[in-house]
Amino acid sequence: MIVAERKPIEEIEKEIEGCKKILIAGCGTCVTVCMSGGEKEVGVLASMLRMRAKMRGEELEIVETTVQRQCDREYVEELGAKAEGFDAILSMGCGVGVNYSTEVLDSVRVLPALNTRFYGANVDEGVWGERCAGCGECIVAATEGICPIARCSKSILNGPCGGSQDGHCEIDSEVDCAWQLIYERMEKLGRLDKLEEIAPPKDWSRGRDGGPGTVRREDATAIDEK
Amino acid sequence: MKSGSNLERVLQSGQFAVTGELGPPKSASAKAIAKKAAFLKGQVDAANITDNQTAIVRMSSIAAGMLAMQQGVEPVIQMTCRDRNRIAMQSDILGAHALGMRNLLCLSGDHQKFGNHPTAKNVFDLDSIQLVQMVKEMRDEKKFLCGEEIRNTPKAPIVQPKMFIGAAANPFGDPFQFRVVRLAKKVKAGADFVQTQCIYDMERFREWMKQVCDRGLHEQVAILAGVTPLKSAGMARYMRDQVPGLSVPDALVERMKQAEDGPEEGIRICIEQIEEFKEMTGVAGVHLMAIEWEHKVPEIVERAGLLPRPQMKEKEPVAAG
Repeated sequence: MIVAERKPIEEIEKEIEGCKKILIAGCGTCVTVCMSGGEKEVGVLASMLRMRAKMRGEELEIVETTVQRQCDREYVEELGAKAEGFDAILSMGCGVGVNYSTEVLDSVRVLPALNTRFYGANVDEGVWGERCAGCGECIVAATEGICPIARCSKSILNGPCGGSQDGHCEIDSEVDCAWQLIYERMEKLGRLDKLEEIAPPKDWSRGRDGGPGTVRREDATAIDEK
Repeated sequence: MKSGSNLERVLQSGQFAVTGELGPPKSASAKAIAKKAAFLKGQVDAANITDNQTAIVRMSSIAAGMLAMQQGVEPVIQMTCRDRNRIAMQSDILGAHALGMRNLLCLSGDHQKFGNHPTAKNVFDLDSIQLVQMVKEMRDEKKFLCGEEIRNTPKAPIVQPKMFIGAAANPFGDPFQFRVVRLAKKVKAGADFVQTQCIYDMERFREWMKQVCDRGLHEQVAILAGVTPLKSAGMARYMRDQVPGLSVPDALVERMKQAEDGPEEGIRICIEQIEEFKEMTGVAGVHLMAIEWEHKVPEIVERAGLLPRPQMKEKEPVAAG
């Protein structure tokens, strides 16, 4: 899922400065699951903003809503219908939600309430960890399912670097060394010999470095037209 | 000769090599380089010019290398993968060769988190092994990473950068069993020489060297054992507790603590290590990293019996281009 965190309340207040009427919009997918921008978090943020505005003696009308997905036109249009007459939508979707809502709902301002962090998994109670960097060309067959691009601090393809100690990364003893994990997994699978091969330079153009990405699928287009 | 560098010549002649380290200043001061170079001249076969070490902004390694050369110290240009992509790396390598530099040490680089610009974006387009491979292909295949020949126009002569290629090895990182495999990968990629992380844990180093020799790697690459003289018990503790990828035995910290004269004891330990390296199978030389202690280098190399440094023949003429 896309993992996000709510921005500090002061930063959100600065964003909505001057607004009298805002629609806080949650998203029912990733950010609901990672507990940063679902219906419940919309409620909490709305209460905080109302209370703090009241304490400052400011007028602020807040309406709460949560749509299924802010990355889908159908649901974003639904959001647009609700936003009629509001000064801004405060989106609790990920960065995709904010961007796509802006694009679809041209007439209303859409402001971000979250910081989008990464593609990750819920690895422990209240803990989410990055597991994919969205590089556009998956290489984890070579590393038996563990991604060094997302999980090594230096995205090293022929690791580990000299800073790996006791299974931890040099940047922080709380961070696992991805290459230690890869080493252990390969050892367990009896495939350590594969790590003797040199991984060639990566083609980064498949990801962000190739410019903004677009995926076109003929088959998907055909289905739409039917 | 692959590069014709002094370091290559010394190693090829089979003599025990000595490399030093020269950290560029955190300023635009050319004098700072000249001052450090004066301590190293004639004492070492070449000196590493660090590349924004620990991710702290310093004068560029190539610029500082040029200044060191002017002072009669052959540079080993350090290049990290942290700050440059493959375009900038190849460009800098062309420039370094054109300026007369012939040794290049390929490193991953410390993460920017440790430095004075922790909010910086890092690059890591290539890793250190891929960098070694690229420098070798530029030298031996005379091609850029993209496959194009290293010539200005289709009719212009090929003028490839000829570097004596170095890599780092850390016998103290984990997983220990994989350390020698990673060295083998660097050798396969094209490393001509290897400098190790500073050694304090001689037992682990001996064990690692045994694995290196068992794989026959010492016959394919020149291994220079890294040493950094300790100045005090405090420094020993710092190296033990704060520096990732280092192993400092408690006994050594204790020895420094008991010493009446800390710096002298540190130098004594360093000399004892060098004496052992000279006899150790597979060790081709020593890499002396006297961090901000360059003025002690002459004393250390003298007392370790490493002087005079060999006077190698003049460099072979370099193709003009």
